[in-house]
Amino acid sequence: METKYQPGDKVQILQRNQPGHVRTPIYVRGKVGVIERIVGAFPNPETLAYGHSGLPYKMLYRVNFKQGELWSDYDGSPDDTLEIEIYEHWMAPA
Amino acid sequence: MSEHHHDHDHGHDHDGKPIQEDELPALEAQILETSVRELLIEKGVVSADDIRRAIEAMETRGESLGAKIVVRAWTDPAFKEKLLTSSDDALMEFGIDMRPMELCVVENTEDVHNMVVCTLCSCYPRPILGIPPAWYKRRDYRSRAVREPRAVLQEFGTELPDNRQVRVHDSNADLRYLVLPKRPEGTEGWTNDQLEALVTRDSMIGVSDVRSLDELVG
Repeated sequence: METKYQPGDKVQILQRNQPGHVRTPIYVRGKVGVIERIVGAFPNPETLAYGHSGLPYKMLYRVNFKQGELWSDYDGSPDDTLEIEIYEHWMAPA
Repeated sequence: MSEHHHDHDHGHDHDGKPIQEDELPALEAQILETSVRELLIEKGVVSADDIRRAIEAMETRGESLGAKIVVRAWTDPAFKEKLLTSSDDALMEFGIDMRPMELCVVENTEDVHNMVVCTLCSCYPRPILGIPPAWYKRRDYRSRAVREPRAVLQEFGTELPDNRQVRVHDSNADLRYLVLPKRPEGTEGWTNDQLEALVTRDSMIGVSDVRSLDELVG
């Protein structure tokens, strides 16, 4: 399965309101991060959770965010990061 | 007065019966689980004892397996490399098959401290660490670990210098996370058993470092 993004690419998480078994928490939506690694293709949890096949598979990445990007008043070190898994259909090039 | 009496306000009365009938009624999902389980047993697919044994195995699995993996990584550089880059193969050596999940091992160093949370539910590397601690599933840990990790670490008694980077891993999808703690100075020549005694559950979730040597001796 093809990967649209490579480690080091900047991506923006989509700001989308979508009900159901969505694995993209609200606190990263709309935020810009960097692809840390390609995890691989996994069944889509948004359909798998409701007894469907989860097909087609979705490419999953780990995305690295600076904490300051997520929380404007973050008071730890400016180097502190948060890393999270995001499916390809939840991001766009930034 | 022989009878002790207490005022309390936790939502039920003690009427002298040993078991209080304040359990909530079963959820729909629990009724479904019971029905499916009974059907599977009735049809001979699994036995009641199979289920009991699986539950017992799940609940008795604890951090000791995780500690063994950590110590192997501390003492065997080739294994450590495999654990960090291709954890599935490394875990097979311990007879652990995480599939369909994958394990992501994150290494603490002099400059980096890693910490794991699952903000959406309670994802946890159960095949290695067993059942997650109650606080790991609580809303306050789940929301604060990503928002103010340093304050949370401090509440766990973990003081980090400002220049040590904190990397928080939100275990929100298909990976499960294990923190590889830093091997303490002064443990050269220790046996595996001695080293394993240093490695705690919390150090593998990343809310603390391993036990200090003083703590172990004391």
